[in-house]
Amino acid sequence: MKNWLQSHRIAVGIAAMVLVVAGGGVYVVATAASIDKNSGPATAAVSGDLLFVDLKDGQDQVEKVRMDTPGGPRSNTSLRCQRVYAAAGTTVCLRLAGPGPTYEAAVLDASGNELRAIGLAGIPTRARVSASGKVVSWTTFVSGDSYSVPGGFSTRTGILDLRTGQVVDTLEGFTATVGGERFTTSDRNFWGVTVATDDRTFYATMASQNRTWLMKGDLVTRTLQDVRQTAECPSLSPDGTKVAYKKRTSRLGPWELAVLDLHSDKEVTLSGTIGIDDQAAWLDENRLAYGKSSQAGQNSAIFSVSADGSSPPVLMIPDAASPVPLHQ
Amino acid sequence: MYLTSRSVSDPELLSQKRGKVPPMVYALGTVSLLTDISAEMITAFLPIYLLYTLQLGYVQFGLLDGLYNGATALLRLVGGYVADKLRRPKLVALAGYGTSALAKLAFPLAGASGLGIGGVLAVDRAGKGLRTAPRDALISLSTPPNRLGRAFGVHRSMDTVGALFGPLVTFWILRDLGSGSSPVFMVSFLFAVLGLIVLITFVREPAERAPAKGKPAVSIRACLNLLKDRRIRRMTLAATVLGLVTLSDAFVFVILQKSTGVPFDYLPLLPLGTALVFLSAAVPIGWVADRFGRWPVFFAGHVLLLGVYLVLLAGGGGAPMLVVALLLHGLFYAATDGVLMAYAGPLVPEELRASGLAVVQTGQAVARLLSSVIFGVLLTVLTMRSAMWIVFLAFLLALVGAATLVGRKVTV
Repeated sequence: MKNWLQSHRIAVGIAAMVLVVAGGGVYVVATAASIDKNSGPATAAVSGDLLFVDLKDGQDQVEKVRMDTPGGPRSNTSLRCQRVYAAAGTTVCLRLAGPGPTYEAAVLDASGNELRAIGLAGIPTRARVSASGKVVSWTTFVSGDSYSVPGGFSTRTGILDLRTGQVVDTLEGFTATVGGERFTTSDRNFWGVTVATDDRTFYATMASQNRTWLMKGDLVTRTLQDVRQTAECPSLSPDGTKVAYKKRTSRLGPWELAVLDLHSDKEVTLSGTIGIDDQAAWLDENRLAYGKSSQAGQNSAIFSVSADGSSPPVLMIPDAASPVPLHQ
Repeated sequence: MYLTSRSVSDPELLSQKRGKVPPMVYALGTVSLLTDISAEMITAFLPIYLLYTLQLGYVQFGLLDGLYNGATALLRLVGGYVADKLRRPKLVALAGYGTSALAKLAFPLAGASGLGIGGVLAVDRAGKGLRTAPRDALISLSTPPNRLGRAFGVHRSMDTVGALFGPLVTFWILRDLGSGSSPVFMVSFLFAVLGLIVLITFVREPAERAPAKGKPAVSIRACLNLLKDRRIRRMTLAATVLGLVTLSDAFVFVILQKSTGVPFDYLPLLPLGTALVFLSAAVPIGWVADRFGRWPVFFAGHVLLLGVYLVLLAGGGGAPMLVVALLLHGLFYAATDGVLMAYAGPLVPEELRASGLAVVQTGQAVARLLSSVIFGVLLTVLTMRSAMWIVFLAFLLALVGAATLVGRKVTV
């Protein structure tokens, strides 16, 4: 037997390779066939809908449900996105664009026409559109050549102003001040932008040397100044008086959701939200929605919680991420 | 005109002829090509997997990333030594390739445990560490010394083709099969298995070499004694010193995008540029190295890297400058990666070949790891420009040091 194998080594090897290739082909075709060709035609979203990314079958289909009956019937939209947001008819969809794999931020108008597609470096994590629909922002993780850099990993935040068409690639070019002093360290990362109703003021997270700050910025003067430490992924309430963000429970501990009153500087942490890793979205002036997985490795689910911490979170949609409440 | 190298017996004459790169090198190149498709598929997918499927946060990701980079250096030495000791470099390489293939299947089993994923990554990298030195020893033992530069050029070029295809395969899967993780791991595993089959089928152990009389048996002491050889010691030192001032690719690409001012979304394309230049230039430069000396070419490659640093320091220039920098960066790889092995091979006695190559590789790898840690620290305390100046000046010093260590007289 051993001799036979040796004398027919090449034939056996080639036969084995043919088997592996054929097996792989069958596997790929079977997997492709098993993909749920999602039910129902795509329909336009209307005010009062909640958009979300369906995580059940790995197709990243954006679906919608009525905000007041989240357990009710769902329907499809025409989009497939890793992360989505929409306001005042403008939608930003962060999605797979090309080999690499690379991603793009596609900006669509109310009728679904693509206004812009901006190439992204890295993997999409956050997306926002200002209430007016005029200022679009996104954050990506950039991991570089991850096999050769220890911890070589950063975030990038870009902003598109649809009024001028101008794109800010990264906030690193903005002048930042912390505690009144100009912040010059080149190792700084930004993520999670939220823009106020004036379409000029914004809040974002800045991180450097293992610290994070909630920063208040100005899109015109291109400046940023610190508001407070240990606050990430801010989200301004519709009336602009409060900002919700995630904060760490301890130095390397998990995050929980907190709401800061910008006038009184009073912070309330929302119990029951530990484990959140999301930029929350305001369903109305009093309620927030956010994605959270109950345990690492599980699909994220969308929860809602009252912004004053008066009642615990409620599950809205299982196996879903990127909640987008449509107002007006 | 029918001149095969076999018909020429005079070694003087032989060295003048181009001759062919042995089929075994192409077989090993194919193994590396398939294995690199498998590995780079995972490299491209891993950040997405960790962030989306496993919901691992930012900090954990950074920790993981650091963990699996430190894992390989020591294992290279082990792989090299065991290959020499058993006189079975193919067997040890097979163990390394097999380990990495199995790791692809272990990813889903590790689930969302950060420690589990870190462990699987470490096993995967351990496989790479084990196989590198025996594989390079196989190439150098099966190729006539006068063609080593080209042989390593062929191997590295095929290897890089695989590295280019990996991310492409991942993209196809994400687009057509969705962002679920099983298809990526499964297809990656199948490519790794194909690589294993090619290795088993088409690569043979080098002919049994009777231990030459009067030569010491393979032992740890014999390996340590390699460093007593002046040329090996100085080469290893020089490669290590140069490794210390070699910025990792990720830093080069990020700074390049910033300094040339090209749009940010070019960033994912920059490694492709370097890889394309590398894979097309590796064979011709290997030939040049065979013809005109391997050490001078290795040294010249680092001078090209100095050119890349100049572009980074000068700033501006837009897309044309970017192309120049990527050209230089790709040529740097083509002139250094395989060429160093081609230079080192003949310096090491056959029975210690894998160990000797492992020592050189380890010196270089550890130095590069250190360099990116140090540069990372520099970036946190200084501006990018000041940090670049420090690197630039250190690089000049290292070049002078390397030139002094390996003088012209001892070049091959």
